[in-house]
Amino acid sequence: MGSSAEFFQHLMNGMTLGGIYALIALGYTMVYGILKFINFAHGDILMVGSYIGLFTFDAIRGQTLGPWTIVAFFIAMLAGMLFSAGLGMAIERIAYKPLRKATRLAPLLSAIGVSFILSNMAAWMWGTKSRKLEYPFDNTPLHIGGVSITPHQILILIVVIVMMVSLKLFVDKSRIGKAMRATSLDQDTAKLMGIKADRIIAITFAIGSALAATAGFLIALEIKVYPSMGTMTGLKAFVAAVVGGIGNISGAMLGGILLGLLETFGVALLGIPYGLRDTIAFVALIIILLVKPEGLLGKVEKEKV
Amino acid sequence: MLNFILLILIYTGIYALMAIGQNLITGYVGLLSLTQAGFFAIGSYVTAILSVTYGIDFWVTIPLAAIVAGFFGLVIGLPTLRLKGDYLAIATLGFGEIVRNILNNWDKVTNGPMGIQRIPMISVFGVRVSPYEKWGFLVLVWLFVLVGYLLFERLAKSRIGRALEAIREDEIAASSMGINTTRYKVWAFVFGAAIAGVAGSLQAEFILSVTPGAFTFMVSIMVLCMVVLGGMGNFKAVILGAFLIQFISYFPQLVGLSNVIPPQFKQILFGLILVIMMIWRPQGILGRQKRIAPGSFFRKGGRS
Amino acid sequence: MILLETTKLTRAYGGVVAVSEVDFQVREGLITGLIGPNGAGKTTLFNNMTGLDTPTSGKVHFNGIDITNHSAHKICRMGIARTFQNIRLFKELSVLENVMVGLHFTTGKSPVTGRIGAAFHSYLRAREEYELMHEQAMKWLNFFHLEAFADELAKNLPYGHQRELEIARALATSPTILFLDEPAAGMNPFETDSLMKTIRRIRDLDITVVLIEHDMKLVMNICDTITVLNYGQNIAQGTPAEIRHNPKVIEAYLGKEEA
Repeated sequence: MGSSAEFFQHLMNGMTLGGIYALIALGYTMVYGILKFINFAHGDILMVGSYIGLFTFDAIRGQTLGPWTIVAFFIAMLAGMLFSAGLGMAIERIAYKPLRKATRLAPLLSAIGVSFILSNMAAWMWGTKSRKLEYPFDNTPLHIGGVSITPHQILILIVVIVMMVSLKLFVDKSRIGKAMRATSLDQDTAKLMGIKADRIIAITFAIGSALAATAGFLIALEIKVYPSMGTMTGLKAFVAAVVGGIGNISGAMLGGILLGLLETFGVALLGIPYGLRDTIAFVALIIILLVKPEGLLGKVEKEKV
Repeated sequence: MLNFILLILIYTGIYALMAIGQNLITGYVGLLSLTQAGFFAIGSYVTAILSVTYGIDFWVTIPLAAIVAGFFGLVIGLPTLRLKGDYLAIATLGFGEIVRNILNNWDKVTNGPMGIQRIPMISVFGVRVSPYEKWGFLVLVWLFVLVGYLLFERLAKSRIGRALEAIREDEIAASSMGINTTRYKVWAFVFGAAIAGVAGSLQAEFILSVTPGAFTFMVSIMVLCMVVLGGMGNFKAVILGAFLIQFISYFPQLVGLSNVIPPQFKQILFGLILVIMMIWRPQGILGRQKRIAPGSFFRKGGRS
Repeated sequence: MILLETTKLTRAYGGVVAVSEVDFQVREGLITGLIGPNGAGKTTLFNNMTGLDTPTSGKVHFNGIDITNHSAHKICRMGIARTFQNIRLFKELSVLENVMVGLHFTTGKSPVTGRIGAAFHSYLRAREEYELMHEQAMKWLNFFHLEAFADELAKNLPYGHQRELEIARALATSPTILFLDEPAAGMNPFETDSLMKTIRRIRDLDITVVLIEHDMKLVMNICDTITVLNYGQNIAQGTPAEIRHNPKVIEAYLGKEEA
């Protein structure tokens, strides 16, 4: 009875962490699906979004905890999402678009550069000290059947599920979603069919960035906001995307959740020291690259000769 | 002031070694690897551990550092190099972080975050080369750079170098012409790793201590910037790149403005260099080397 | 004598069967043509015979050896070379260097010291080795009258010459069989004529040529035997005369006659 409660505890923790990874992984995977390119700066866009969210929240939340703070929280989150979306689109336009026809390496190097610029400008403007994001509600854990869940975790789960379902519906059912899928399969033909590829690409970046900003803002409640928060989390989310199958939206969701579970159970059951926690992700990466490089849900893409 | 410039030149030399390795991997084979920091760290720690714990002479640790780093190049290269270059970058970056993580946590061997101190100095034929008197060390480092340059340059101009470039240009065609592309990619990776290991060894002997904090992925980025700025595929150019990046790195201190200019300045600049160079002049300042036959190193123009 | 043959070779991608139970033979000394409407599976068949793709089922044998699962570079080293439908030259290398890459694995081979020895050797005798490869590469360039372009970057070559360079590079690997994938694509009749002569000259070097082509004049004129694919299946085999009159072939290209 004790260990089954423990199991569910870890399951809970793992799923919420995984949900966060999944949201961020979605951004990577969508951009990769359309441009066959890994946006190194994705994690840093998330970081900027979190800062904007933090500033907005601190500005409007008032002094006491109440229903307004929760509303303010969501407004702040929205602000962060919108800013990130805009930032993502701007970066795409300035640093990636000119390199679409260049060698494979060029956009990757550019992305690395952007990542560097973002994280260091953040450190310069806002200092390297991490800032606390206040809980908009009382975060005492609830106890359900031996498992303690915090309202924070419930919030994460709700937001993640809402986002993922919305995205899936959007991509599968809407016109723009269809255009996105077409563009990711064959950009030139999509253009011939009248799809404005540039606009679709911009929208993809916007959505991916907004989702990442959401994730960043949610997790900032726990890990705080600091300039390099994007790098490691972004890296791990990327691993999640690869594990699930990069270019594949369901893959990103699966990969994110799996990684969250792996990390949680790994630390809890295998006694992996907290300092080596991050290594779990990279080991998972190496394993998947060795065993099934196209990812769990990915399909082997043989280059056409 | 002179002392400071000598210091910069020594760092330039050490980083030039890594840049030469990076040039082979990225400039010739076209792989985006961000591993140099990891191999740099491994080389440093090999020298540190062997000389401090086991009293092994520096000159013995150097080839060992190269071999151990090269070995890890093999270990990391084999699984990652059979994939598209895009994920290679992140996988290699992750490797660098794993190395740093391990160095930080494996207290028994590496002494954790505190690192290893009091590394014995190098002696050449009984004469101690102290990093405090910079001239001797400077000459030593640049001798290594010269040897490294000659070795890699010859390799690149040979039949092997041509095969590497063929792989960069079109891997499918290269393999259809009988080239075992995976093997060659791994070898390039191993050589790049080995020279980074040597650089690490020298670094350990210069600072006379090693700590995990010195091997962040910033090092890999700097090395990459050197190659991008100087000129991909051009060994002389990457050495120039090393100069430029190091001078940029120490610029605020050189002009005495380090109170005014924030520490993030150089990093932002490196980021800008990457973005701007890619958009404006991807071949780097000096561009690729003109295609000439080997043996014309001392003759200008060669067969072209 | 049969040099290369596939036995019931099948390549399926999920539900789509690109090549279906194809038996295909390449006989020594004969110029073999592989034709069929677009999408018939010709290039897929090529890829499965040259190690760039692995069949879902079936086998490929070269000189009696099972090469079904061999990698491309191994197959090349055994004596099969190829060109590509979309020209895959090493664009940033010079014309000469492109051919030298073809010479790569035959140069500096030392049975005693093996590959590392060869690499080290290559290292020490760089000048000597370069001269040797230069000479051999120039021979192949001369074959195609491309010597003048030797130091030009491959990407700067006019289209027709690019195709010739690709063939030169493949020939430099000293193959027994040369696979040409649509060598006449985009060529005018003058160039196609020249290509015909080139293929005959290659045959005179005792190299067996197999070509995928859509240019019927070229195929009928030069091939000794032709195999026809349609919807991934081998529907006919024979001399040009036989193929020309084969009702199945006509139907494949022109569609069924309305009664």
